[in-house]
Amino acid sequence: MKATRNIGRRCGAIAVAGIAAGLLLSAGAALAQQPKVKIGLMLPYTGTFAALGTAITNGFKLAIDESGGKLGGREIEYYTVDDESDPAKAPDNANKLIKRDQVDVLVGTVHSGVALAMSKVARDNNTLLVIPNAGADDITGPLCAANVFRTSFSNSQMGIAMGKVMAEQKKKTAVTLTWKYAAGDESVGGFKESFEAGGGKVVKELSLPFPQVEFQSYLTEIAALKPDVVYVFFAGGGAVKFVKDYAAAGLNKTIPLVGAGFLTDGTLEAQGDAAQGLLTTLHYGDGLNNPKNNAFRAAYSKAYKAEPDVYAVQGYDAAQLLIVGMNAVKGDTAKRADLVKAMEAAKLDSPRGSLALNKGHNPIHDIYLRKVEGKENKVIGVAVKDLTDPPRGCKL
Amino acid sequence: MDIYSLLIQLLNGVQYGLLLFLVASGLTLIFGIMGIINLAHGSFYMIGAYMAFTLASLTGNLFVAIVVGVVLSVLLGIVLEWALFSRLYKRDHLEQVLLSYGLILVFEELRSLIVGNDVHGVAVPAVFNWSIPLTSTLSYPVYRLFMSAVCLALAGLLYVLIHRTRVGMMIRAGASNREMVSLLGLNINLVYRLVFALGVALAAFAGMIAAPVSSVYPGMGTQVLIICFVVVVIGGIGSIWGALAAALLIGLADTFGKVLIPEAAGVTVYLLMAVILLWRPEGMFKRVG
Amino acid sequence: MSRKRIALGAALVFLALFPVAGSAFYTELVTKVMILAIFALSLDLLVGYTGLVSFGHAAFFGIGAYTLGLMAPKYEAANLWLTLPAAILATGIAALAVGVFVVRVKGIYFIMVTLAFAQMFYFVFHDTKFGRGSDGISMNFKPVAAIGGFTPFDLGNTTHVYYFVLLLLLGVFAFLRTILRSPFGRALMGIRSNEHRMRSLGFPVYRYKLASFTLAGALAGLAGYLSALQFGFVNPELLSWHQSGNVLLMLILGGVGSLYGAIVGAFAFVALAEIFQALTRHWQLLLGAAIVMLVIFLPGGLASVAGRFRRTLVGEADDE
Repeated sequence: MKATRNIGRRCGAIAVAGIAAGLLLSAGAALAQQPKVKIGLMLPYTGTFAALGTAITNGFKLAIDESGGKLGGREIEYYTVDDESDPAKAPDNANKLIKRDQVDVLVGTVHSGVALAMSKVARDNNTLLVIPNAGADDITGPLCAANVFRTSFSNSQMGIAMGKVMAEQKKKTAVTLTWKYAAGDESVGGFKESFEAGGGKVVKELSLPFPQVEFQSYLTEIAALKPDVVYVFFAGGGAVKFVKDYAAAGLNKTIPLVGAGFLTDGTLEAQGDAAQGLLTTLHYGDGLNNPKNNAFRAAYSKAYKAEPDVYAVQGYDAAQLLIVGMNAVKGDTAKRADLVKAMEAAKLDSPRGSLALNKGHNPIHDIYLRKVEGKENKVIGVAVKDLTDPPRGCKL
Repeated sequence: MDIYSLLIQLLNGVQYGLLLFLVASGLTLIFGIMGIINLAHGSFYMIGAYMAFTLASLTGNLFVAIVVGVVLSVLLGIVLEWALFSRLYKRDHLEQVLLSYGLILVFEELRSLIVGNDVHGVAVPAVFNWSIPLTSTLSYPVYRLFMSAVCLALAGLLYVLIHRTRVGMMIRAGASNREMVSLLGLNINLVYRLVFALGVALAAFAGMIAAPVSSVYPGMGTQVLIICFVVVVIGGIGSIWGALAAALLIGLADTFGKVLIPEAAGVTVYLLMAVILLWRPEGMFKRVG
Repeated sequence: MSRKRIALGAALVFLALFPVAGSAFYTELVTKVMILAIFALSLDLLVGYTGLVSFGHAAFFGIGAYTLGLMAPKYEAANLWLTLPAAILATGIAALAVGVFVVRVKGIYFIMVTLAFAQMFYFVFHDTKFGRGSDGISMNFKPVAAIGGFTPFDLGNTTHVYYFVLLLLLGVFAFLRTILRSPFGRALMGIRSNEHRMRSLGFPVYRYKLASFTLAGALAGLAGYLSALQFGFVNPELLSWHQSGNVLLMLILGGVGSLYGAIVGAFAFVALAEIFQALTRHWQLLLGAAIVMLVIFLPGGLASVAGRFRRTLVGEADDE
């Protein structure tokens, strides 16, 4: 008995000593000076948005490679975290990168809910954040901050553009369907705003929890309501399934389906015939014939043996924005005010066309109208030129 | 909602309910007959779906995949019961809960290691890949009708097995009094092993036939598990009839809830459960045996 | 001084001095663990001392957190002294309401209905406008601890929060210890050992169980509130059954039916999770396998030997 107790206490003491040593070591390591720029990539590499996370990373690294593999003359060290598109884990994940790994720049993410949490942590710690996808309107609206930038879009933009187009096409009634989270709500909200401003009426707004894909009862309801058009927001795996289910229910023959471009971006291979002829709005599309886009597409296919999509473009532009800023301060991340000023004033030559940032650090860009033809989202026109967000309470 | 839409939503609800029944019947059998609470039951559904995906990609034929998959899941059930669950009969509930919770984590991560975490689609077999036009705007996918037919057939077979065969008699006897049954010379361990394997196979089979309509994704096991718990709670532990009645009730509540009160759809099922529990704390029907 | 007292004293000193030595990241981590310890303590009252295995305790944790999230105004800070009691009260009422349904049943049924009710609350926060949806709620300002102009401590300061939580942890521990030594607590333990006998002795068993359930829920709400305070962010996943499973695991690791065990279990669980996470991306596999092994290979059940974990650190075995 006594022997066990002594062993027990010894083990306990060793454990405590070990824990204490470990903590002190890591504290010490964190204080040491690092000459490399630390970039934290917080993106989904698993789950329904996995392909998007990979495309963004590829685009980002392509731009870095094209500019010599350095940012403002400094080598780069990447810290990667798979955020699993899970808003619940977002504060922990962001904290790990910012507080434990002490990254200089945080880049991410795809899911709007995750990004909302991420941007809060970034604001609280004054870490530079560049968002290469998540379109939560509030991030560059009432929650805008000097250290938060976005090179993608805000959710409502695609809806606003499509609502305008549908109203111009004299559609009178619409039904909307989406996942119930920030991205879906805002996209549909934007559509409703401009569609009803143009004389239409949204008769019913349907939603289902993210990331569920059992659409049957909703399709039945849509068929019963018989609207002139159906506007949806889905992306990734969910987008694939929805388009196929819509066709399987025969609805594509009688009720036109339109959506934000994510419905058909990166998903056409899987959707096949079901997607043919679908109209979508997005700030990018196939057949955009500008020199930057052609060069970008060629370089991307060569490097990654795959065709780039809008997510890759957004990642590419995120890196371009950082390059502009870092070059202006010659890599000195301590000169935050100058870095931010340079990024704010940047006029990027993006594969999508020209890209500038508004006061809330959100893109001002053209929104294209695209139609699915074969395996491409062919740009058939410009839905809205130089779309910038309406003022939403940003105090910058 | 006009009469046609109402009827179609009814059809949707029944179809969903029948699928739930398939999974829940395995759960309630294992509960009722062996007294074991198994949280990993949803994982068997997920395993079935992923098996369908991988086997169908390999063989190109969903039906072949399902047959192979069922055989594999029976084997899985036998091995699991022999290695782990047989030790739990005399243990308390907390330990059963924890062991099966640990199993969920193991299954999820193994799946992540072996197949990855992506969302996958499974193609509907060509013979069923068409739709019957029901109204001027809506067609109903034939595959879903096929699914419902299969679930009904299995429900019938299950009834026959439990109530009309000798094996079923042994199972029911074992549920009432385990010691007596072994004293009478029957191999109760074998009976339990078969019941467990049957439960696993039912859940896996449900995952396999549902794969084309529900897609194959990581969270699917957890989602179905909780609903099945509600089915079993409402229907009464151990009662197959209860599971069927409750599953249909829930299928309809969920389907109509989604379109009539979209905001509270998720809560509807639990409110239903609360109401029924007020009336009958131990579920609607008594247990088998 | 017994060996146990020395070990406990050392642990207390370590906790009290930790923020001075550790970095901000680790101070936050230990704060998080202490909040989980309060959560585990609350469940121990129910599982360890009343014998009711609940698989839905995370619901009450989440309700406490969401009370702060929903009460926090958009453009100014909430008041700690207003929101904290509100959270405990709201959670207590929810626990009472659920308890009325679930305390009527036992065993497997109890486990399942607690799980099911927890899911119901999960969906309320995940799906409805009231709950603000699956993205959760971000609070723009941390609560202030102001009473009529005087602010004793700053909840935006990591160290202040650490000590605040430590004080509350000690308070909850002392509170539970007192309750459990009272006639009420002894009755609960009687119910755990043999419910029929207690009933035949004339105890209103239903009322005792309901009281225990409500109290456990309210304390879990306190823990949830602190969690929301720490991160400024609440999310429906706080109510997920994974959380309910994790807190049960904490109890098993530390030793069910021991207050010290609940605290040790919380630390042990987080330590295990961190160790496994450092080993591999698929750390949940290791955790799950560890749980399965734990259940299978310990003869004579878990409680006796899992307490070994606790005893190794604390010294002697002591049944509270």
